[in-house]
Amino acid sequence: MISESSLFLKGVLLGSIFCVLMTMLGHIRIHYGKRTHHHERHHLQAPNKEDTLKISEDEHTELSKSFRIYCIILVKPKDVRLWAAVKETWAKHCDKAEFFSSENVKMFESVNMATNDMWLMMRKAYKYAFDKYRDQYNWFFLAHPTTFAIIENLKYFLLKKNSSQPFYLGHTAKSGDLEYVSVGGGIVLSMESIKRLNSLLSIPEKCPEKGRMVREVSEDKQLAVCLKYVGVFAENAEDSKGKDVFNTKSVGIFIKEAMTNHPNQVVEGCCSDMAITFNGLTCNQMYVMMYGVYHLRAFGHVFNDVLVFLPVNGSDND
Amino acid sequence: MSEIHFREMASKSWLNILTFLCGSAVGFVLCSQLLSILLEEQKDIQPSILHNDPHARHSDDNEQNHLEGQMNFDADASQHKDENTDIAEKLYQKVKILCWVMTGPQNLDKKAKHVKATWAQRCNKVLFMSSEEDKDFPAVGLKTREGRDQLYWKTIKAFQYVHDHYLEDADWFMKADDDTYVILDNLRWLLSKHNPEEPIYFGRRFKPYVKQGYMSGGAGYVLSKEALKRFVEAFKTDKCTHSSSIEDLALGRCMEIINVEAGDSRDTTGKETFHPFVPEHHLIKGYLPRTFWYWNYNYYPPVEGPGCCSDLAVSFHYVDPTTMYELEYLVYHLRPYGYLYRYQPALPEKMLKEVSQIYENEDTKVNQEPLREKHK
Repeated sequence: MISESSLFLKGVLLGSIFCVLMTMLGHIRIHYGKRTHHHERHHLQAPNKEDTLKISEDEHTELSKSFRIYCIILVKPKDVRLWAAVKETWAKHCDKAEFFSSENVKMFESVNMATNDMWLMMRKAYKYAFDKYRDQYNWFFLAHPTTFAIIENLKYFLLKKNSSQPFYLGHTAKSGDLEYVSVGGGIVLSMESIKRLNSLLSIPEKCPEKGRMVREVSEDKQLAVCLKYVGVFAENAEDSKGKDVFNTKSVGIFIKEAMTNHPNQVVEGCCSDMAITFNGLTCNQMYVMMYGVYHLRAFGHVFNDVLVFLPVNGSDND
Repeated sequence: MSEIHFREMASKSWLNILTFLCGSAVGFVLCSQLLSILLEEQKDIQPSILHNDPHARHSDDNEQNHLEGQMNFDADASQHKDENTDIAEKLYQKVKILCWVMTGPQNLDKKAKHVKATWAQRCNKVLFMSSEEDKDFPAVGLKTREGRDQLYWKTIKAFQYVHDHYLEDADWFMKADDDTYVILDNLRWLLSKHNPEEPIYFGRRFKPYVKQGYMSGGAGYVLSKEALKRFVEAFKTDKCTHSSSIEDLALGRCMEIINVEAGDSRDTTGKETFHPFVPEHHLIKGYLPRTFWYWNYNYYPPVEGPGCCSDLAVSFHYVDPTTMYELEYLVYHLRPYGYLYRYQPALPEKMLKEVSQIYENEDTKVNQEPLREKHK
């Protein structure tokens, strides 16, 4: 009897040790309680309330200033109207925004990339940005002029994320095995990521200027391939409800889809309250978004935010 | 005998093995339970770090997607958990608004339905006025015909109905179309400076034909209780005409006759709050051509571009169903985190006293500070 119970106990001991080892090695995830999503992708979410409450009031302003975002907008002459709209609207909220164009366009200030190839433009822009601004900015946001971005929400999303870690964020998509950030929703790179990318740009075998494919591969996929080589992986950005914050469609499209798919929960099922980007906007829609985001609101709804962002000097539409 | 002994030994060792395995299974399960409880607590604090932390990877680790587990999202998933609506709720109780929406049988499903799904819910009471009754929607039957020339008659009958059934249920009575989007919180802010016993009405003020001006029908207009009483009385005593093909003008003429003041609905910086068109038409310079009637009709100097529209806009007109939901999203959902809006409107003195206790109870943050500042 004694030997049997001691055997039993030895078994218990071994079982527990085995369990601890397994959990620590990370091969088994055991979850009880709320089961939400099962994803193969990596997801980053916006900070939750507990995180934000730990920041003292004095730190609010300091913290708000700690995000320095450099915006890269890739334009071509045909985008001239959108370019002007972006310049007049959301780009003013970047700590610095520069337009990188395929060629010089009269009356529009830009950095000339002297190429029509989108991938080449992207590479050159990242190299330029890194060489010139690596000490001044810690996050790099790249977009097309069809995108509208709310930089304040981007900064909030990046709260508690360390820019010296390799972040590569946006709206992700998959092409075979490759997970990449869709350029339509905007691409966010941390300082570390752009640093690693730059080290690779001069190595044509790893990060070629011309893709090895016969078919043309879009620049956002090419970027993902290069970044993968240096251990930087795409992550889909979501809010605490699991909704995308980087969007490759416009609000109007989301609403129309929601009216068809869930007509009883149109706005609730639409988009995140903390959305950072929308894509596919016309010039007029950019101005409407500025009013809708930075002005129009309901009286008597007050928010306890931990960050403080002041309006831009000399601007009349925000 | 050795055979039996052997068998005994064999069964005994089977039993031993079994005991051992049971023990290890029990140990495993108990341990996993314990660990999951411990880990669950950890996850609530730092969800993005514990399990799915790709940045803990080494640079030579090229494996992607080896994380099979799930993210434990924040338990309280509400988007609005940081939102304080005390002031809005207080105003809801203090400034009671009955809304009636001008619609018709063919538009209940096409248009009115979307009004019902969005802004109508914020009225203290809402009624949908149609020529025919619809019990399911529900819509009130005014027993009129439909058509643009019937609008004034429908308006008279609608106000009559509201007066007869709901006079004591509200302080202010708002008329809107089924393609008008109304922001009730902002309307309450506007009206909180006034008294429902005043004979006054508000809307987008137009200047032609009526000396004190009249309010655009499509942009919506709101009557004080006194104004409503006088309006209904005016038809009983024939002070005002019953027929007109232009609803808003006829109403405006009547208001002037019965000494109901055409109020100034602009905000404290002079920006218009009621809008006869969608935001795009007002915000984009040159959208409305210079020859358009609108430029000559506006009572106050009309503005296009960013100065066109108050932060606290009350209404927009010619809003199609998609735009209804878009506006709902822009007003009540999407916002720029931490942004210190340029326009920091204050509550009127009399409201402040009632609301000040909310401040005392709350841990005030940046957005509320300027509100206090304004009244020092």
